[in-house]
Amino acid sequence: MTNMLNVHQVGFSYNGKTILQDVSLQVESGEILAVVGPNGAGKTTLIRTISGILHPKTGMVQVSGMNLEKLPPIQRARYLAVVPQARELPATFTVFQTVMLGRTPYLGWLGNTTTQDVEIVRHVLHLTELEDFKERRIGEISGGEQQRVLLARALAQNTPILLLDEPTAHLDLQHQSRLLNLVRQSADEIGLAVLLAIHDLNLVGFYADRVLLLVNGKVQSIGTPNEVLTQANIERAYQVNVEVISHPRYGTPLILPDGFQKIPQSQMLSSKEITSQSQLKFQPIPLYPRSYVGEDFKMKEKGS
Amino acid sequence: MDTQTETLNQNQSILQKKPIWQAHPYLINSLILLVALILSVTVGSIYIPLQNILHLLLKPLLNLNIVDAPFYSTILFTVRLPHTILVCLTGAALASSGAAYQGLFRNPLADPYLIGVASGAGLGAVVALGISWPSTVLGWLSIPVAAFVGATITVWLVYSLASVNRSVPTTTLILAGVAVSSFATALTSFVMLRSKDEVHRALSWLLGGSPMSGWAPVWAAFPYIMIGLIALWLFSHALNVLQFGEEQAQQLGIHVERTKLMIILAASLTTAAAVSFSGLIGFIGLIVPHMMRLLWGTDYKRLIPLSVLGGGSALLLADLLARVVLAPQVLPVGIVTALAGAPFFLWLLRRAKDQLYW
Repeated sequence: MTNMLNVHQVGFSYNGKTILQDVSLQVESGEILAVVGPNGAGKTTLIRTISGILHPKTGMVQVSGMNLEKLPPIQRARYLAVVPQARELPATFTVFQTVMLGRTPYLGWLGNTTTQDVEIVRHVLHLTELEDFKERRIGEISGGEQQRVLLARALAQNTPILLLDEPTAHLDLQHQSRLLNLVRQSADEIGLAVLLAIHDLNLVGFYADRVLLLVNGKVQSIGTPNEVLTQANIERAYQVNVEVISHPRYGTPLILPDGFQKIPQSQMLSSKEITSQSQLKFQPIPLYPRSYVGEDFKMKEKGS
Repeated sequence: MDTQTETLNQNQSILQKKPIWQAHPYLINSLILLVALILSVTVGSIYIPLQNILHLLLKPLLNLNIVDAPFYSTILFTVRLPHTILVCLTGAALASSGAAYQGLFRNPLADPYLIGVASGAGLGAVVALGISWPSTVLGWLSIPVAAFVGATITVWLVYSLASVNRSVPTTTLILAGVAVSSFATALTSFVMLRSKDEVHRALSWLLGGSPMSGWAPVWAAFPYIMIGLIALWLFSHALNVLQFGEEQAQQLGIHVERTKLMIILAASLTTAAAVSFSGLIGFIGLIVPHMMRLLWGTDYKRLIPLSVLGGGSALLLADLLARVVLAPQVLPVGIVTALAGAPFFLWLLRRAKDQLYW
């Protein structure tokens, strides 16, 4: 295990307003670090700083031991791929064309592709279950599929580090789990170091190895999901009352909003009752549906 | 296999069986260009049969011993051929730089004429021509350089005035284009009023969109247009990546600022060389790239060369129309392109919201 990504005391301010202050984090190969925090906490700024779009005012970002700022864009793109939110994408590009753009850091000026590039793109399309869509235009597919296309493009970049900026923001349950399963699989099997900015705290426990809670641009706490996502931490960060329970099957933290004003005290259940009810009704998202961990994929990865 | 995948596969096989015109874009466009070139050299105040043109062109190569009417040779080599080549080069230059500006600004309405680059180039050219009408090779070659300076300043002004948060919305783009180009046009008029009578007449013809005659403009425009077109073609992959926005382009390994600068310089150089000797010809940079997009998709690696071919034939055909419609009187070709282009522009403005096409 090596520290692929090392963010060292990074600070960023804009128009005199401090947005990030002394943020330090490390991500190892094969690890997913989730970044959570209220709106405006600086999650997106952190992703943009790490990906080299913004320049840190203090501190530095190291990839594989090298100072990111010293690398030209093409080198950066070979170490670090970003999955942005699927918004305002050019509608006329086909899925195949879009994923092929992930090979840009390895192509010449003219962007001529080799059979190896095509092979990699095919493999990534297979992995992300987009083979049937490859000739479709971006404007013709759903938001969930668009988000998978952007993940496929990032995987085609073949980098050791993957950054995701709230990739599940507008997705339904099925597409959320499909996407994050793929991310988990990439971390486990290819050994990607993943930094995942995410809003949905309940998904964090399923997929992330560690969590960073970012509040007002500062690291409030960092550790395993069960260490960080405690009632006290969340209530302090989000300024809202919550109830934290343990997932009946996986033991991961589940965060339930609390303090509804419209429900009278008499109708509220005790925490014991909540747990027993959720055991009855809750259908967990399977961590690895069969289709994602196909045997052929495993063999291909090990064989090559 | 469930029914859904089956229909998908069927759809795919339909997609793969493209009609002939869609499968061979270069062939189709080259054929159209060939027809346009032939029409342009044969048709005019005096009709020269194709047979005679082939004789005249191939005579020095094949040592043919055929006697043609002597005035055919004069008309072909001193009038038709240079005119045809200049018009073809101009169309290719305007269409491909239009495609590049649209890609760079990520705005379907960017056109060298509408965003004021052509007016800026016109100002540069008029200043240079007004100072002294070129008589030497160096003199001719310096005109596009002056136009290039004008074009680059204009595009930079329009771009910085129009961009909001690293993107260029249609409203600000058109407004900035109108403002800057009016300013450039006013300066141009001022310079023209101060110039001598013959120069004034020549310049007003030029600015009305009538390509100059003779070989000198062809030789002077050719190197600049070629350099610009090759540069645009080299940056066509970068243009593809830029369609996803500057941030994603940078994350995909593109040196965004440097690339933008290079594309602006290349597109402005091609526009400037075209405007220097053919004047202000609008809408070719708008119509041709959009036709190519509609028919053959948005891939800039294909769009740039197709716009070169399509721009050449479109302007040749427009020029043909300008020559025959009121023959023997010749209309400025700029009038024909504006008559066809303005309605197209309005249609495009309405369609601009249709994301699936653009």
